[in-house]
Amino acid sequence: MTTETLIWLIPLPPVLAFFAIVLLTNKNKALSHTIAVGAALLSWLGSMIVFVRALGVEHLGEHPLGGEPINWLPLGESVDTYFKIGVLVDPLTAVTLFFVAWTVLMIFLYSVGYHNFGQPKGDHDHPGLPPHGATVEEQGHKHVVPSIEPMYSRFFAFIGLFAFGMYVLVLSDNLLTLFVGWEIMGLCSYLLIGFWYAKPSARDAAIKAFITTRIGDVFMLLGIAYLYSATGTLSFREIFVEGTLETLASVPSGVLGLSAAGLIGLLLFIGTIGKSAQFPLHVWLPDAMEGPTPVSAMIHAATMVSAGVYMVIRMFPLISLDPTTMAIVAFIGAFTALFAATIAVAQNDIKRVLAYSTISQLGFMIAALGIGAYVAAVFHLVTHAFFKALLFLGSGSVIHGMEHGVLHTGNHKVDPQDMFNMGGLRRKMPITFWTFLIGGFALSGFPIITAGFWSKDEILADAFGHGHWAVFLTLAVAAFLTAFYTMRQITLTFLGEPRTKEAEHAQETPWTMTLPLVILAFFAVTYGWVGIPEHFPALGGLIPNWFHEFVGGTLAEHPEAVEFNWIPLLTSLFVALGGLGLGWLVYRNVNSAAEDRLQIPVLKNKYYFDEIYDRVFVKPAYWFAENVVYKFMDQGVIDGVLHIFGPVTDRLGSIIRNYFDLPVINRFFGDGSAEVTYWFGGKLRAIQTGRIQQYLMLALVVFITIGAALYFFLLA
Amino acid sequence: MVPLSWYLIFAAALFSIGLFGVLSRRNAVAILLGIELMLNSVNINLAAFWRYGNVLQMAGQVFAIIVFAVAAAEVAVGLALVISVYRRRNTVVADEINMMKW
Repeated sequence: MTTETLIWLIPLPPVLAFFAIVLLTNKNKALSHTIAVGAALLSWLGSMIVFVRALGVEHLGEHPLGGEPINWLPLGESVDTYFKIGVLVDPLTAVTLFFVAWTVLMIFLYSVGYHNFGQPKGDHDHPGLPPHGATVEEQGHKHVVPSIEPMYSRFFAFIGLFAFGMYVLVLSDNLLTLFVGWEIMGLCSYLLIGFWYAKPSARDAAIKAFITTRIGDVFMLLGIAYLYSATGTLSFREIFVEGTLETLASVPSGVLGLSAAGLIGLLLFIGTIGKSAQFPLHVWLPDAMEGPTPVSAMIHAATMVSAGVYMVIRMFPLISLDPTTMAIVAFIGAFTALFAATIAVAQNDIKRVLAYSTISQLGFMIAALGIGAYVAAVFHLVTHAFFKALLFLGSGSVIHGMEHGVLHTGNHKVDPQDMFNMGGLRRKMPITFWTFLIGGFALSGFPIITAGFWSKDEILADAFGHGHWAVFLTLAVAAFLTAFYTMRQITLTFLGEPRTKEAEHAQETPWTMTLPLVILAFFAVTYGWVGIPEHFPALGGLIPNWFHEFVGGTLAEHPEAVEFNWIPLLTSLFVALGGLGLGWLVYRNVNSAAEDRLQIPVLKNKYYFDEIYDRVFVKPAYWFAENVVYKFMDQGVIDGVLHIFGPVTDRLGSIIRNYFDLPVINRFFGDGSAEVTYWFGGKLRAIQTGRIQQYLMLALVVFITIGAALYFFLLA
Repeated sequence: MVPLSWYLIFAAALFSIGLFGVLSRRNAVAILLGIELMLNSVNINLAAFWRYGNVLQMAGQVFAIIVFAVAAAEVAVGLALVISVYRRRNTVVADEINMMKW
């Protein structure tokens, strides 16, 4: 099979799996997950083959794989003008495809265990609610075990479609099909966040995520439309050539003094703000934790949020044309990185901490992009995808283990996601602990061994090397906080002694869940080694800096590796180790939320953003709907007009009735003819005397009269 | 030979007498008598037109004989009716037999 055909085929298995499960195998849970995991495996295989082949191509950046685009939509201008779509594998796509394929496959596999495949049906489980556990009897001894998810097949169908959306987005060679994949994922994230739709909180979170990301998407679509009207093409191959870019950079857009390129870049970037949950559209992501944990990992690591960053990285040649846009991108990224990190410090829900950490890490990437550190942004995107998927799946494993404890004690008031209910889980769940530790250290940027260190260090080095002091300092503080809250999370969850009975009875999860953790942990460590800077002391040059060479080749102008400097290196060593150390020191003796001094209301309540948005947007929207749309427009104007038609017609009808129907039709023609006949009959009956001689007399008179008349008129 | 008009005048006179009798007499039997007169005046006309027309064509005479037969039947039915009315109402006065009214 040629590489081009193979690239076209990669997104196909998951979507076929989606249709197969939805239409045919919904009833059969084992068959459904076999199809879904099999499809993910096929896509993974295709991706790996394409990745390896892409590695073998010299100057892949200049000669991307993918072949000729095909004609898709006929355009109005003439008969043979088509909107063309195609696939494109350049270095950026290749590395993205690599981590997407791995994480998607791991998440599919993990879902089998997470949704309790092989366990009995629940005693009173209900579709739309998480499983509540089943009672089983063993040797005359009753106990409660986890029960299988009631909508097991549905879940695999949805994540299949989700994976399809991501593959489409990654492999597209144009913005339109990229946007199609983008929106498929938006829909799937809605469906998956609201997977347990019987929970009101899940419903609200699904709607919130959908609407918030839609705001970004509208701007992104505007950007795409503007780009198309300005250049007449959406194909990356045609946009990222010197002539087109120069034109876009020189044409003013008339808005805020930006060039056309700047405005398009800004609009597209707003799409990313929504999708990647950057400030100020970050509010949906923590709430999205209502979904099942594999969904959180899908959305927050492998697919959706990465898609936002991927898109903005993809459009980097365009965005980088305008310094104003770049400054905005850098500001939003750096601000979000710090802002979300401060919130994460005060969260107690294990998944929420990770959600804010994701927002923060995405901020790192965006900030890196904003200061022009293209390769560093891609590097952090890839390493983050691995270790954040690992952390989310690890947290799911922890929750799963805690739920086991909850089922054992039967005390359903204990929240299995609250870190203050955990503690000491390292002995109960060793595999989860070690992999989570690796993921956490990677997130913190634990020096030398973890992947997160290398990517984060590269961002800091770039910021320092190019003299972006504000970004450098902000990110350094954010990195410190990252290490701090990660250690807080690890300490509270795994170290110390169990704080509740439930934590004492937690159990290690099945192999379908731990295997993905181990594989992802492997990448969370080793993936960093492909991008060690050449001039790094002692280690530099041992392994060539393949990542920089390879990904840097995507851009027409290959970015120079930043020169080595001790200051950013020492900074990142200090923030990582200092944050981890401080986190352990502070939290090793904290036993309850009340003892935690960082439970500051303003942080705990996420700077009141939900409340502010509620006041500023939601309430006014409700007010507008209630008073303007409903009471004024609907009841006042529309009903008002209708209420005019009603009485007018009524009045007209009664006029016709009173002045025409009743007097003319009824009285005159109806009653009138009857009355005349009646009156006439009344008059005439006098001559019907019953006397035969009178009749004859009358007949004679009439005869004579008629005869005389005939005679007079006809003969005379 | 007596001219045709005389027969016609005679028949008209007889018809008028019969008509007067029908209209003016109160006794139902007398009314029937008047009807007989009117029918017979017609017969006179029929016979006269036959005689003064084509004698070989017998239609006039045949018609007259049919009128006789009808008249005889009519009188038979009429007298039976009168007798029936008399038996029920003890009268043969036409004005008093007025059940057939509105």
